[in-house]
Amino acid sequence: MTTALGLIDPFIHYGFMRRALVATFVLGCSAGPVGVLLLLRRMTLVGDAMSHAVLPGAAIGFLVAGGLSLPAMGLGGLIAGLGVSVLSGLVSRKTVLREDASFASFYLTSLAFGVLIVSLKGSNIDLLHVLFGTILSVDQNAIMLVGLISSVSLIILALIYRPLVTECFDPGFLRTVAGTGPFYHLLFLFLVVINLVAGFQTLGTLMAVGMMTLPAIVARLWTRTLPRMMAMAAFTAALSGLSGLLVSYYFALASGPAIILSASLFYGFSLVAAPHGIFAGRGLFKRAIPFSG
Amino acid sequence: MMPAPIHLQNIVIDYGGDPIIRDVSGCFAPGSLTAIAGENGRGKSTLVKGLIGEIPLTNGTIDTGGMKGPVMAYLAQTSTLEKSFPFTVADTVILGAWKQMGAFRAVNRALARKAHNALCQVGLENLANRPISTLSAGQLQRVLFARLILQDAPVILLDEPFTAIDAQTTDDLIGIIKNWHREGRTVIAVLHDFDHIRHHFPQTLFLHAQGYAWGATETILPPSPQWTGPHHFASTGHTTSSSGSDQQSSVKTGFAKLRLLS
Repeated sequence: MTTALGLIDPFIHYGFMRRALVATFVLGCSAGPVGVLLLLRRMTLVGDAMSHAVLPGAAIGFLVAGGLSLPAMGLGGLIAGLGVSVLSGLVSRKTVLREDASFASFYLTSLAFGVLIVSLKGSNIDLLHVLFGTILSVDQNAIMLVGLISSVSLIILALIYRPLVTECFDPGFLRTVAGTGPFYHLLFLFLVVINLVAGFQTLGTLMAVGMMTLPAIVARLWTRTLPRMMAMAAFTAALSGLSGLLVSYYFALASGPAIILSASLFYGFSLVAAPHGIFAGRGLFKRAIPFSG
Repeated sequence: MMPAPIHLQNIVIDYGGDPIIRDVSGCFAPGSLTAIAGENGRGKSTLVKGLIGEIPLTNGTIDTGGMKGPVMAYLAQTSTLEKSFPFTVADTVILGAWKQMGAFRAVNRALARKAHNALCQVGLENLANRPISTLSAGQLQRVLFARLILQDAPVILLDEPFTAIDAQTTDDLIGIIKNWHREGRTVIAVLHDFDHIRHHFPQTLFLHAQGYAWGATETILPPSPQWTGPHHFASTGHTTSSSGSDQQSSVKTGFAKLRLLS
């Protein structure tokens, strides 16, 4: 009884906990599906690099606004993130460097630059908050912005779903029937960046990508059709948000790592128990259909 | 749409070094069924990729007689398809209707029916909801043929469609190719098995070290049991290509005899 009460108590008593919960739930709804596509496009590490790349933009926004303001940091992050992805795309097209190499060099530069900016002008606490998130900063405006980002992401995702999915399922085929261009890819990178921005406050710039990757990976281990995978990723993200916030509240820990570690626990459990995990076919839940080839 | 003739004029393709394809000229007649054969490394796949425009021609022109848009349906040798992708058989086949549905239009009842019919033709109507990751190589090739059927293209190019595919599936898929031929489509297939070519493909384009031979199959690949290459040049390494299916037919007749005896 007391445990059950303990699970909802913080959300009843504190407005900031309620807002943080709403923010993570809403974020999960879009970050989950976006993360699934990131995973299927084999861009999980690109998403990771991107989360580092947004930092200087977010840091400048942080300084200009004088605190953890989501609109200011979001705008800065958006510009920095898109800038880095366009620049790495250009470099990989014009030189012998592959996209991963150019991404790595740009995001490292970007990350170092961002940390310098925050530590020059802000305190160590500020730096921790920017990097790892703080639930105390989630206000009404922030929730609205997260809601807006999440809605826009889902709408765009629904619109470009077919070409985006076909492009990662069978790129050669899409080339012969429809030709190809960087348009959908760029639009998708845009979705990745705005979903990173939406996770800035509760997760921190460094951890925001975790809301996309880990739930998607968990879902991949459990399901084999795309719609189910997206639904499960969203659900896992929301569940990680809930448990992470509780841990963060009771043990006075930064919310970002707490949420991501919750997702990691789901991942660890899924590795062992899921039908497509380590003990494939012999786990707690057997495959629905055995492999035939 | 009926296919137009595809004229090749002095086609040269290289990858920056020696030309892979050296000065090939000729015509795929509308509704023709042509096999492209030759040893490994003679540029069979390169020629097909040149035809669909996947790789640029170093020299020469391809005239498709005014056929517009994506008129050529193409099945690659090593498909770029991601087999572990969370797609079902139906998801994969319906992509063949890209011309009708594009990026945004819905899959209507007529398209769904067409996709179902295509699946029936390849004998997989019961597997529509199976994840493709659970299919065997033969079943996956059937799915890709169903997608080609749905593409409904006047020209169909196949790059080694029967490599690593079981005999039964090969027979069934050859049936589908012949069906396309009957419907008046131009079909071009890169093949290794001379037996298949002799039995089912009226035209052959043979690429070899000295150039190429293009014409009726019986003149390019004369039906001789000791045959080891086109008659006008010496070739090695083709002796084993027909033994597999010969064995199979002898097994079949063996069964027939058994049945007669019992």
